[in-house]
Amino acid sequence: MIRVELPPHLRTLAKVGAEVTLEVEGLTTQRSVLDALEASYPVLRGTIRDHVTHKRRAFVRFFACGQDLSQESPDAPLPEAVATGAEPFLVVGAIAGG
Amino acid sequence: MSGVRVLVGTRKGAFILTSDGKRDRWDISGPHFGGWEIYHVKGSPAEPNRLYASQTSAWFGQVIQRSNDGGKTWEAPGGGVPTAPGGMPVGESNKFAYDTSPETGRPLTTHPWYDGTPRPWEFKRVWHLEPSLTDPDTVYAGVEDAALFLSKDGGLTWQELPGLRGHGSGAKWQPGAGGMCLHTILLDPGNPERIFIAISAAGVFRTDDAGKTWRTANRGLVSQYIPDPTAEVGHCVHRIAMHRSRPNTLFMQKHWDVMRSDDGAESWQEISGNLPTDFGFVIDVHANEPETVYVIPIKSDSEHYVADGKLRVYRSRTGGNEWEALTKGLPQKDCYVNVLRDAMAVDSVDPCGVYFGTTGGQVYASSDAGGSWAPIVRDLPAVLSVEVQTLP
Repeated sequence: MIRVELPPHLRTLAKVGAEVTLEVEGLTTQRSVLDALEASYPVLRGTIRDHVTHKRRAFVRFFACGQDLSQESPDAPLPEAVATGAEPFLVVGAIAGG
Repeated sequence: MSGVRVLVGTRKGAFILTSDGKRDRWDISGPHFGGWEIYHVKGSPAEPNRLYASQTSAWFGQVIQRSNDGGKTWEAPGGGVPTAPGGMPVGESNKFAYDTSPETGRPLTTHPWYDGTPRPWEFKRVWHLEPSLTDPDTVYAGVEDAALFLSKDGGLTWQELPGLRGHGSGAKWQPGAGGMCLHTILLDPGNPERIFIAISAAGVFRTDDAGKTWRTANRGLVSQYIPDPTAEVGHCVHRIAMHRSRPNTLFMQKHWDVMRSDDGAESWQEISGNLPTDFGFVIDVHANEPETVYVIPIKSDSEHYVADGKLRVYRSRTGGNEWEALTKGLPQKDCYVNVLRDAMAVDSVDPCGVYFGTTGGQVYASSDAGGSWAPIVRDLPAVLSVEVQTLP
């Protein structure tokens, strides 16, 4: 079971709480987690990664286990703690302002 | 007529203002989609409780929202989990993919950026939603980067009408200061095959075959800020408007200049007349008097606020050239707001109601065709769009 924490605006959009849980088959990667997330909550398609290219949106970042994983390959394995559900995969809206 | 519903899009959510036909007491609901930019909300003329909203964010992209109860509740069409294999499409309502097929679109891959360098077309947001006059499930979307999309399933899925972007002039379209947006869509009430659209900064285009092919419609426009002031395209048209009884007569607020056409946009003539400044964004036509037109002059293209600290609507009852300032009830000192291109609308009550929203968060209404004004609400986030429904 994978835990994913969403930013507030996407929780409202998907009508969920701060954290959702997902079943992910095969290797736990950014791509497999986001595929599972979008399958469970289709309204989130296009909000985290581009609908067509599947590239991460510019103002969205991915964190887990204290690491910024935003620049990692979408097919790179996520930390073991994410794969086991010990730690959540964090989808974060970049902070803007001054 | 049971009442009037005003649909307001702001930088931080949507608001719905309702009143009876007297239009002196208003109920306000919202914010809907709090924290998101709501570029436009518009109701179906065929089914007034069917509303469409463009919800957008630099962070999380584009979401289309739909209501079937006049804005009490909303849904992202196809946002739920499919209940059966092969069922309705899901998660596609916010997918605006440009048509890249060589068969249909003669697709363009680049347009000039601000500095003249080629730039790929890139979808950013929906600026304007225009529901069909006859079918509540059919709706057009004008988007940035400029293109026209159509949904025939209530916003579940969208397809580009690629003949517009593939028009021979497309490679010359450049963004205006607000982006390269398709912001106006006018459907001809007497001819379902004819549509007018406007793009900043390309100009006006017309189709006579329901969007398959398009022609430029900018003859008579003069824009001193472009290399060829009378070029076929490149004009920063801010807004066009039509009275439903005279679809061949169009009124335009251009970057500078107020214009009219009496031949379905074949040609345009300037009607700025005695306006204090002919820069502005909004323009609209009285619902019951086709020659009565409203604009809100803005000081200049670098200042983007009303002149002299005075918020003045100008009305022409002669189809242009002769304008009178309407000021009763509007601030006449220390006012420095703007009124954006989609932020004025009229109801079809008699006398006609006129409404506009400001970047200062006020929504002003007049229930006597502009003779006097009062704020319905005055402390909203910056207003991006105002639409009005006269309810049956």
